[in-house]
Amino acid sequence: MITIRDHYLLNFILVLSFASLLSIADTKPVGAIEADLSSHLVAIRADFSGDRIQLYGSINTPGEVLVVMRGPDTDYKMLRKSRVAGIWMNTASMTFEDVPSFYAIASTGPLDEITSSATRALNNIGFNNIGLDLPIIKAAGSLAKDWKDSLIRNLMRSGNYQLESAEVVFLGEHLFKTEFELPSSVPTGTYFVSVYHLRNGQIIDARTTPLSVSKIGLEAEIFDYAHHHGAMYGIIAIFIALISGWIGHLAFRKG
Amino acid sequence: MQVYLPIAEISVDIILLLAMGGGVGLLSGIFGVGGGFLMTPLLIFIGVPPAVAVATQANNVIAASVSGVFAHWRRGNVDFLMGWVLLIGGFIGSTIGVGLFTFLKSLGQIDLVINLSYVVFLGTIGLLMMLEGLKAVFRRRRSGGASRGKLHEHNWFHGLPLKIRFRKSRLYISALLPLGIGFFVGVLSAIMGVGGGFILVPAMIYMLGMPTAMVIGTSLFQIIFVAANVTFLQAAQNQTVDIVLALVLLVGSVLGAQLGTRIGAKMQGDWLRLLLGIMVVMVCGKLFLDLLVTPADLYSLEVTL
Repeated sequence: MITIRDHYLLNFILVLSFASLLSIADTKPVGAIEADLSSHLVAIRADFSGDRIQLYGSINTPGEVLVVMRGPDTDYKMLRKSRVAGIWMNTASMTFEDVPSFYAIASTGPLDEITSSATRALNNIGFNNIGLDLPIIKAAGSLAKDWKDSLIRNLMRSGNYQLESAEVVFLGEHLFKTEFELPSSVPTGTYFVSVYHLRNGQIIDARTTPLSVSKIGLEAEIFDYAHHHGAMYGIIAIFIALISGWIGHLAFRKG
Repeated sequence: MQVYLPIAEISVDIILLLAMGGGVGLLSGIFGVGGGFLMTPLLIFIGVPPAVAVATQANNVIAASVSGVFAHWRRGNVDFLMGWVLLIGGFIGSTIGVGLFTFLKSLGQIDLVINLSYVVFLGTIGLLMMLEGLKAVFRRRRSGGASRGKLHEHNWFHGLPLKIRFRKSRLYISALLPLGIGFFVGVLSAIMGVGGGFILVPAMIYMLGMPTAMVIGTSLFQIIFVAANVTFLQAAQNQTVDIVLALVLLVGSVLGAQLGTRIGAKMQGDWLRLLLGIMVVMVCGKLFLDLLVTPADLYSLEVTL
């Protein structure tokens, strides 16, 4: 008697063996890529003003390298201004649901040259493949495109989206490195950095490594306290202000 | 040196913040105003989200008012009865104001309302101050002495019911009047992150007819509580009070205010009023221009907090 759990296990083994058979039978060249980050934690402390994360790696056969850093999904709301009675005010809004809060690409060459559009679509690479297209019920045609472009433009301005801003540089025949710049407004959460080994526009190997961006220490405690104990936080803020006002008065009287 | 603001979620140069606190503190010391109306637009200008700027500034107004009220209290220049009546209006007004703030934020119109409020209220007050300062300066040139201001006039609002005797201010007027003024200033305080002294002081002098000596102390007294109410509600409802930002600004403004008071004591009142008027009009002009000029990008990302 085979239980459901055994059934899954069997399936899994089958899939695995098929996959290995395929890769053996496949005539495509097999690459092997190794890569790691200079740090797996970006700590936002009191003196945080953005950070740089280096990625080092190596490939054992020639090819191109593409690195994608993707932040946790979030909702972004865009506002559009128009002129009402001579004054510019927000008159329309559009929410993009479950889009990457951070997205950066670094590569050894221009994206169009080292990858095919089919490869990019299959692996969610590039702004056309990360769910930025609005569902038809929200907007269509040029209107949808305007909203999408405006989102990308604004997020690129804030440094949350970066397209080919960084280069992947070979340090030798096999060793490569790249650097990502995180702005001080970097969203917190778990990031994934995917490194792709490409040849002839095809991905021949890939590796993904996590990166955690989080507020640490006092900054984290203040944020958590403000969001979970808003009323008490307010009382503490008032108390601090009262005390400092009083101290100011005392200093003022003596001086 | 950068400091990361945990609620605003941006990092700002701490020297810049100290300088801003010091500069605004200096001006508030010279002119005897809270300075919230200068600080809030400045904070927005350096990239602090408007909602955080307004709420944090309300917290700073508490400290500035506390340090000022003691001196007036010792001289007996606080009309507590008037203060409490204003305060009841202020509490209701600021509570409704914070609710309105939350609602406007959800509509995506809070930035516009903050800007418009600044343009309308500060523009009016600034122009009046400038004109009056100019008039006084020219009058003194001609006659060689300051003329005596007229006493308050009797208007329709002196016929309102619920009359109360305010002994300290030597007034017998309807409680509805200070209640209404308190309410109005409370709403502004919540939306603009200001103490409201710039509205309250002229309203108390010209509308209530309070003795000028009593006005500053009494308005500071009621501003403390209204600002505390705004801080509490903003923190509880919108989570927009940034303690780190407030503390850094406080240090600068306390030091600046000390220096400012000494400079202010050496300057002539009319010139002070003229200068303050010019400054207020300039801040307004900049905000007004921002509303009129076609923005570089019609689309903007809503700041979520």
